[in-house]
Amino acid sequence: MPFQPVKFYQTGSFVAGNRLLDPEERTVQADAGRSNTLTSGHRACQGCGEALGARYALDAAMRATQNRLIAANATGCLEVFSTPYPETSWQLPWMHSLFGNAPAVATGIAAALRVKGRADVRVVGQAGDGGTVDIGLGCLSGMFERNDDVLFICYDNEAYMNTGVQRSGATPPAARTATTAAVGSEPGNVFGTGKFLPLIAMAHEIPYVATATIADLHDIEYKVERAMSMHGARYLHLLVTCPLGWGCESSQSIEVARLATQCGLFPVFEAEHGSVIASTKIRRRVSVEEYLRPQKRFAHLFGPGGRPDVIAHLQRIADQRIARFGLIEGGHLDNDGAHAETNGADGRHAGAR
Amino acid sequence: MRTQIEGSRAVARAVALARPEVISAYPISPQTHIVEALSEMVKTAELAPCEYINVESEFGAMSVAIGASAAGARTYTATASQGLLYMAEAVYNASGLGLPIVMTIANRAIGAPINIWNDHSDSMSQRDSGWLQLYAESNQEAVDMHLQAFRIAEELSLPVMVCMDGYVLTHAYEQVDIPAQEQVDAFLPPFEPQQVLDPDQPMSIGAMVGPEAFTEVRYLAHLKQMRALDVIPEVAAYFHTAFGRVAGGLVQGYRSEDADTIVVALGSVLGTIKDTIDELRETGMRIGAVGIKTFRPFPLAGIHAMLGHARRVVVVERAVAIGIGGIVALNVRSALTDPAPRVYTVVAGLGGRAITTASLRALFRDAAADRLQPLTFLDLNTALVERELQRMQRRRSGPHAENMLRDVGAIAASPVLG
Repeated sequence: MPFQPVKFYQTGSFVAGNRLLDPEERTVQADAGRSNTLTSGHRACQGCGEALGARYALDAAMRATQNRLIAANATGCLEVFSTPYPETSWQLPWMHSLFGNAPAVATGIAAALRVKGRADVRVVGQAGDGGTVDIGLGCLSGMFERNDDVLFICYDNEAYMNTGVQRSGATPPAARTATTAAVGSEPGNVFGTGKFLPLIAMAHEIPYVATATIADLHDIEYKVERAMSMHGARYLHLLVTCPLGWGCESSQSIEVARLATQCGLFPVFEAEHGSVIASTKIRRRVSVEEYLRPQKRFAHLFGPGGRPDVIAHLQRIADQRIARFGLIEGGHLDNDGAHAETNGADGRHAGAR
Repeated sequence: MRTQIEGSRAVARAVALARPEVISAYPISPQTHIVEALSEMVKTAELAPCEYINVESEFGAMSVAIGASAAGARTYTATASQGLLYMAEAVYNASGLGLPIVMTIANRAIGAPINIWNDHSDSMSQRDSGWLQLYAESNQEAVDMHLQAFRIAEELSLPVMVCMDGYVLTHAYEQVDIPAQEQVDAFLPPFEPQQVLDPDQPMSIGAMVGPEAFTEVRYLAHLKQMRALDVIPEVAAYFHTAFGRVAGGLVQGYRSEDADTIVVALGSVLGTIKDTIDELRETGMRIGAVGIKTFRPFPLAGIHAMLGHARRVVVVERAVAIGIGGIVALNVRSALTDPAPRVYTVVAGLGGRAITTASLRALFRDAAADRLQPLTFLDLNTALVERELQRMQRRRSGPHAENMLRDVGAIAASPVLG
C-alpha cells in the first residue's frame, strides 16, 4: 500500500485515531473476541500506564498466537498489582520468579517448549524499566545475544515506582525522584547519566526492536503483532506514564505520553537487525516545556526560582533525538543514510498515522 | 559398565542417562568438566532431545532452569563456589516455587581470598535454601546419587543439590560403574510435573503472598523436606534393588556400632577417615564413623540412633561458620539428647588443604583421650597466625592474605611492608 499522509485528526489532541482506519484495522476495546489477558480487578493505580500498555500488548500477542502464549514477569508494579495472593488478573499461563531474571526465565520456558516440540506456544517476558535496564540487563543481554525466541517488553515509567519512585537507569535528566531530590545546583536526576535501552538492544542486532507509547495503542498492537510474526529475540520498549511517580493527573496519562513523543524526547521507531527501518513522525511538534509542565517531577524547573537553563538543555536533547531518529518529515536518520521518508515496515503501518 | 573415567565425566554420563530436557550452563571451576561433557553429548545428539543453553551468569543459569522446569522440562545445571552465591537469589526461588531441578555442586571454597580448591563453604551457605542436599563420598556414589536425585526431586517436587568435592572427586580418575540406559529408564520414570505453564490450563505461578499465608507456605516447604526423610531411603533401597549397589540414603555407619568415639563427616574425606579408623582399630581403639549422605533435610533421628551410644563425637567438617565454629557439628548436637556424648568440632581441609591420615590419626587419639578443644582447626599454622596478629598491632598493616603468603614464602617480600 502506498504511503498516505494523514490528513485528518482530532481537534485538541491532534490524534489520528481509529476513525481514520479501515474498520477491520481498528482497535476495538470492547471486542468480544478480546482475550482480556490482564483482566479487570487488579490493583493498579488509576490512570496506570503500565496496566494499559500491558493489556494492549498482551492482548495483541494473544491474538497473534491464537492464545498460545506464556508470560514471564519480573518483580515490580505489574507483578504486585496483578497477583495479590490468592487472586490473579492473568488469563494466560504466567510466572513470576525474581526482579532481575524475567528474560532468563522466559528463555527457560522457550527452551522447554522447543524440546517438547510445542512450536505453537510462544513466550513473552516483561518487566518495568528497573527490571529491564538495570537489574535485569545481564539476563536480557544474554537472551538477546543467544537470539532466544522471546519477545521481551519493557514498560518504561522511568523510575522504580513499585518501591516508591527511586531513580533508575531510565530516569530522564532533571526528573525529581525519591533518590534524586530537586535540590542543589543540579536539581533532580543528573544530566549525562542514564541509558536508552532500545539502542543497547539494537547493538545485539536482534531481529526486531521497537518503541511505542500508550498514546498510540494501535501502534502497540501493530508492533506486538509484527514482533510475533518473527522468531528469535525481539524487544519492545513501551513508554508508560505513571501518574504517581510523574506527578500528573490520572486523566492525563495518555496526553502526557503523547507529549513525550511530540516534543521529541521519546522517539517512536522500529529497527531490524540493528538498523532503524522506520520512525513515527511528529505530527504537531511541541516544546519540551509543554511536556514537562504537567508533571510535578519537573515542577522545580518552573515558576520563581525555576531553571529555564535546564529546560533549554532538555530542549537541546529533544532536538538531537528528532534529528537522530528522523522524527520530522524531511529530516534524516542518524548515520544510517536511510531517509526519513521511510514509510515504515509496510505501507499500512505508515498510513496508520 | 565399569570404566576408568574422570569423576566429572562420569557424572555427566549419569546426568545424560537421566534424560534431562534442558541444561543451562555457566563455567566455573571445578564444575566445568561436567557441563563440557554434557555440551558435547547434546551437540552430537547422543543426548537428545535436550536444549543446552550457555547463559551469561550463574544467576541466569538457575533462572533458565526455573523457567524450563516450570514449563515441564526435566532440568539440570551445575555450579560451585562463587557461582552458587551469585545464583543464591534464584536458588531460594527455585525451592520456594517447588521446582524439581537437579544441580551438581562441585564443592569449592568461597573468597575472599579467592581460592579455587575444595571445601564445603559453598553448599553449606545454601543449607537452609529449601533444597535437598546430598553429599557424595566417591565418584561411584556421585553417579548413583545423581540418578537418585532426579527421582527424589520429582517425587517431592523439590530441587536437589548433589554435592561432590571439587578436584578431589570431580578431577579424579577411577573405576566407576556407569549403568545402562535401559536400567536408568526403568529406575527413573518420565517427569510428570506437579505444576506446569500450559496454555490449555493457564495458571499463575509466583504470586505475591502476604502475612495471611506466608507462614503456611513456609511450613509446607518444611513438611515437604521432612517427607524427604522417608523418600530418600526408599529411593536408595529401590536403587539398591535395581542396581545392586548401596548408595545415598540418609546416614551410613562404619564400624560405629560398638564405638566410643565416632567421627562424623560428609563427602570424600570419609574415605581417609575410614582408612584411619581401620588403623586405629588395629591398636584397639573403639572408634567408628558415621557418614552424612543427606544433610538437608537433616536426618535427626538417624544421627541420634547412630551416635546416641557414643562417649564422644568428632565432627570433621570442611567449612566454618565464622563467629561460632562448626556448621555440621551444630546440626549434629541438635540430634543428641541427654546424656549426650561430647561433641568436638574439627574444621579441616579448608580451601583445598589436604586432610591426611597422619593428621587424622593424631586428632582421633587426642579426641579419644579427651585432649581436644571444643573447636579445633586441623593443622592450623599457629606461628603464621601469631605473626600476622603481631603485625596487626601496627596501623595499616596491610592485607592479611598477602602478608601471610609472604611469610610462608609464596610471594616475594615487599620492600615497603617487609
